[in-house]
Amino acid sequence: MHPAFSVIFLTTLIGAGQGLFLALYTSESYAAVKLLPVQSGAFYAWGSAISVVLLALGLITSFFHLGHPERAWRTATKWRTSWLSREVIVLPAVLGAIAVYGAIHALGWNLTIVGIDTGVSNDLTLIVGAGGVLLTFTLFLCTGMIYACIKFLQEWSTWLTPVNYLLLGTASGFALATVYASLFAPELVYFLGGWAIIILLAAFVTRSASLIRNARLKPKSSLQTAIGVRHQTMTQRSQGQMGGSYNTREYFHGAPMWVFRSIKWVFLVLVFPLPLILLSVGINEASFTVLSAAFVIQYLGLLAERWFFFAQANHPQNIYYQTIS
Amino acid sequence: MTQLALVIDLNVCVGCHACVTSCKEWNTSGMAGYMADDNPYDADPTGTFFNRVQTFEVGEYPCSETVHFPKSCLHCEDPPCVPVCPTGASYKREEDGIVLVDYDKCIGCKYCSWACPYGAREFDEHQKVMKKCTLCVDRIYDENIPEAERKPACVRACPTSARLYGDVHDPNSEVSIAIREAGGYQLMPEWGTNPANHYLPRRKTKIRIHEDELVRSDNPLKKETDRPVGPIDEPTLDDVTSW
Repeated sequence: MHPAFSVIFLTTLIGAGQGLFLALYTSESYAAVKLLPVQSGAFYAWGSAISVVLLALGLITSFFHLGHPERAWRTATKWRTSWLSREVIVLPAVLGAIAVYGAIHALGWNLTIVGIDTGVSNDLTLIVGAGGVLLTFTLFLCTGMIYACIKFLQEWSTWLTPVNYLLLGTASGFALATVYASLFAPELVYFLGGWAIIILLAAFVTRSASLIRNARLKPKSSLQTAIGVRHQTMTQRSQGQMGGSYNTREYFHGAPMWVFRSIKWVFLVLVFPLPLILLSVGINEASFTVLSAAFVIQYLGLLAERWFFFAQANHPQNIYYQTIS
Repeated sequence: MTQLALVIDLNVCVGCHACVTSCKEWNTSGMAGYMADDNPYDADPTGTFFNRVQTFEVGEYPCSETVHFPKSCLHCEDPPCVPVCPTGASYKREEDGIVLVDYDKCIGCKYCSWACPYGAREFDEHQKVMKKCTLCVDRIYDENIPEAERKPACVRACPTSARLYGDVHDPNSEVSIAIREAGGYQLMPEWGTNPANHYLPRRKTKIRIHEDELVRSDNPLKKETDRPVGPIDEPTLDDVTSW
């Protein structure tokens, strides 16, 4: 498939935003059961603000993918059948939930709803945050399922696709949370950075698994099934056009083979080992510079990862477009 | 329930592209229009088409056959492009099974074109909406056209009658009989899309005459007797008048 940069930025930005919120909520719930020191409301509020900005940027970039952005409101109508429609509904909901979560912290509404004696002074944020967490996981599922539900794009059509979106986005968000904590809550750096590394390792396992799976895929469609002639030796002599068309542009990444092959190794290095080393070093020194380098390098790697994710998917319609004439 | 569709006879198609040009001509001036043509006479021509004729060489030269393969939307009975549409712009008509795009609802996200394994949909770069074969829905129901001409433009244009049009759910329609009796098949059956359009395979057109076909060996009604044979020593003109 042809990787669209709007979608690459959308998925990576909202992944980081969702992960950052999950990290904030994790640290708050640990604080509630007195496993971590309680942070000020401002810490959570500003963290949520960063998360909201990332999600909003993602939402804005997604509009560049549309031919008619002014009709985008219509996308909320077919949530019964379309994962894309579900994502369009859940994304603003996540955005809203995180904004409310941050706002309650910023305003310091110390309301007690459940009434259990917890380490934090109120439990309203914990309840609102729990709803946000649920929505965040739903959004990861929707994003992944948009790609995983197309069964003839065999590279995507696996449960590993939503799992990779979840783990890569969360890893990126926890790395960002570690950077944030290194400035404003150094006592959380070990905790958040540790989880960033654990999630990163899990993501490495599932992303490698999907790469291995895709390398061993046998395409179900062939020229034989595509035109219904069962001869073993067939070649295309004409595709019905001398110039290009939508069919030759949209379904192929258009990069030279050496670029395609090297991008895989570029993202494997940028997303996994380099941030792993930088995070380990950065946690021990609580160094803002090293940790932010880890996040930025990983984000660049995730852009490459997403590009490769799209480019690797081989659409069966390409069978019809092998030879110009 | 009606399911209108095309049946394309690969044995008859000569690859003249008349269906391609008449499709473009009809649809660019119809409700689907216009269908863009950018740089038509320049180095990088491109444009929107609902129908293409591709050519494949089957076998190895010199023992090869040329198969011309017209390719358009197959109007699947279980179209994967429809449920993925987030706005409902892509839909399948209940009454006749035609898969259509509502250009006023389409947001141009291209998701449906990813979800079509046949690459039947093309994005119009000028109108920024997804387009596809409409089975000439603005023609086949037009009562201003004589009834015999209420057929898709491609079917009307085909000089060899390689394209049949009709209701594949009616067992007695021309298309159903053709599918049944001439080995009609669907494309990429492995994805369960159940395309309504069918293709008829190439057929051998040699006449093979076996010995028993020349003589009615069974002679059921005893109507045929042995041929009369004259005396062997008489001159003959042929078998019959020899006596």
